[in-house]
Amino acid sequence: MFGAMLGEAWHAMGANRLRTFLTMLGMIIGVSAVVLMMAIGQGAQESVKQSINAMGSNLFIVLAGSRTASGARLGGGNAASLTVQDGEAITMLEGVKAVAPVSFGNAQVIFGANNWATSIIGTTPDYLDVRAWSLKDGYSFSDSDIRSATRVALIGRTVVDNLFGDTDPVGKTIRIKQAPFVVLGVLESKGQSLDGRDQDDTIIVPLTSAQRKLFGAQFPDSVRMLMVQGESPEAMAMAENGMTSLLRQRHKLRDGDEDDFFIRNLTAAAESAAETTRTMSLLLGAIASVSLLVGGIGIMNIMLVSVTERTREIGIRMAIGARERDIMQQFLLEAIMISVAGCLIGLLLGIGGALLVNLLTGAAVVISSNAVATAFAVAAAVGIFFGFYPARKAARMNPIEALRYQ
Amino acid sequence: MSSPIIRVTDLCKDYETALGPFPVLKNVNVSISAGEYVAIMGPSGSGKSTFMNILGCLDKPTSGEYVLDCHPVAELDSNQLAQIRNQTIGFVFQGFNLLTRSNLLDNIALPLVYAGTDKKVRHERARVLLEKVGLGKYPASMPNQISGGQQQRIAIARALINRPRLILADEPTGNLDSKTSEDIMRLFAELNEEGITIIIVTHEADIASHARRQVRFLDGRIVHDAPATEAPSRAEAETA
Ligand SMILES: Nc1ncnc2c1ncn2[C@@H]1O[C@H](COP(=O)(O)OP(=O)(O)O)[C@@H](O)[C@H]1O
Ligand SMILES: [Mg+2]
Repeated sequence: MFGAMLGEAWHAMGANRLRTFLTMLGMIIGVSAVVLMMAIGQGAQESVKQSINAMGSNLFIVLAGSRTASGARLGGGNAASLTVQDGEAITMLEGVKAVAPVSFGNAQVIFGANNWATSIIGTTPDYLDVRAWSLKDGYSFSDSDIRSATRVALIGRTVVDNLFGDTDPVGKTIRIKQAPFVVLGVLESKGQSLDGRDQDDTIIVPLTSAQRKLFGAQFPDSVRMLMVQGESPEAMAMAENGMTSLLRQRHKLRDGDEDDFFIRNLTAAAESAAETTRTMSLLLGAIASVSLLVGGIGIMNIMLVSVTERTREIGIRMAIGARERDIMQQFLLEAIMISVAGCLIGLLLGIGGALLVNLLTGAAVVISSNAVATAFAVAAAVGIFFGFYPARKAARMNPIEALRYQ
Repeated sequence: MSSPIIRVTDLCKDYETALGPFPVLKNVNVSISAGEYVAIMGPSGSGKSTFMNILGCLDKPTSGEYVLDCHPVAELDSNQLAQIRNQTIGFVFQGFNLLTRSNLLDNIALPLVYAGTDKKVRHERARVLLEKVGLGKYPASMPNQISGGQQQRIAIARALINRPRLILADEPTGNLDSKTSEDIMRLFAELNEEGITIIIVTHEADIASHARRQVRFLDGRIVHDAPATEAPSRAEAETA
């Protein structure tokens, strides 16, 4: 019985191909839009998530605050108010897991005949843990390198590509601002940061070496930034409060004085970025869903026309014993077949479109089986929902009136 | 005598028109036994088709009682009516009413689809009937590829496929030439020989002469109901 009805529905669809296709078109556009938008939205979410993971979890940065010099406020990180000792004191606070003091600057780097301008990070071995950064090759420097300010370096993927090409960099000597540094290790690639910087375009050296041999320091032991890792997401508020009062006390600030440092919760900032992409992809999906709705209304429209056109056929079927249920099923099946066929084509187009977007713009796209299954279920539901009214209209016809219809 | 397959009592049918109810059938009473062959005659507009549609459970009377096979039809729901149209009655229309998009075999087999018969049996039985109506060579032809007479044979085959006990035919030869009409009438005579009750509407006296009982409608009432032997002369007398 079902097989026969399926055949009939197929026949009916084939009887007016152009119209069937135009009806499907609404569905095709709707589904491909949904799939494409979801692929792009999820891709964006995925890359934000990756950036957040690459950043390291539960992170604060503490910057030396602005200093007022002859009435002109200088930018953050310019006061010599933050020291290595501040960092050591923060390590003792409850809720804080690790602290890495950081000095940074840009420098020209030379290896053989190649040279490359990159950013230099002077820090302690803890930095790699805090940033959840591992080495691809070689090994890291140690606390004794900090004490003796050895000239060693860990280099990022981009630097390797630009300076070394195919040569193995480990053990080679590079020149940073003319000073020779031995490459100890190569950093694992981290890709782009949330703000779009290439995180692999960097060199990490011991903090002391950076200060003494590369940038100098305004005061001994002053650093531009402390990178602080909290124990857990729950401990973040406690850690932040603890740091604020500790630093105020250490910097001998009186009540009413402004902080001479900034604390920024990077994890919270990252999460709000993730939230933004999530909202954006929801919005994209919602807009695309409207076209599914329009596609569904198109199906209803055509099914209503089809029911009217085939009134006589309905009458004949009823006259030879079709029940209301049989007629209902026939038209519902047709609506579902049109929407599911449209959905299949739409899926293919949407997936193709997503791959094309990825190919042309390099934007990450994620085609989840979930999205595909959802699109499919929605299409079937749209077919049933918008096919229902016309099908019921057909099923409720009075046999003799349907037969008389010209 | 066995209880009648059809019993109609005080049957009335009004059509709703812009000018109010318009009575088409006025207190019709008739009883038809299983195995009878009845011709219904009467001028155009006398209510024959209206009557047949009610007998065929396609339309409902305004008042009066219709008992089919001991069941009062008014008490049946739409599924039961569909089942009667499917199993008990074979309806043959003046305009054939074949599905234009289905081939001959599928047209004949369609009632079996609604009876829930499986495909193999459907096709076997449709083939047998296709042979019986003399079109065994064209199972895959479409209705528009064959003549009117052939289309009516297909329609009759379709009406027969569920082995109905009653065939209702409303001017089945109205669109056919006299030679083809003769063939169709012979087919009905054969079916009646096999025990199927047949009620046929016709204008033509020579067609009606095939029947064993003639009922004449005039202006929504039955004005004549008698065995066929005495009918032709009277019919000729009336039309003359
Ligand atoms: N659907 C309808 N609405 C209103 N009047 C109708 C309808 N169908 C038939 N009639 C009228 O009912 C009368 C009987 O019609 P019908 O039963 O078709 O007669 P017959 O088949 O004997 O020619 C005619 O006057 C016709 O105009
Ligand atoms: Mg008529």
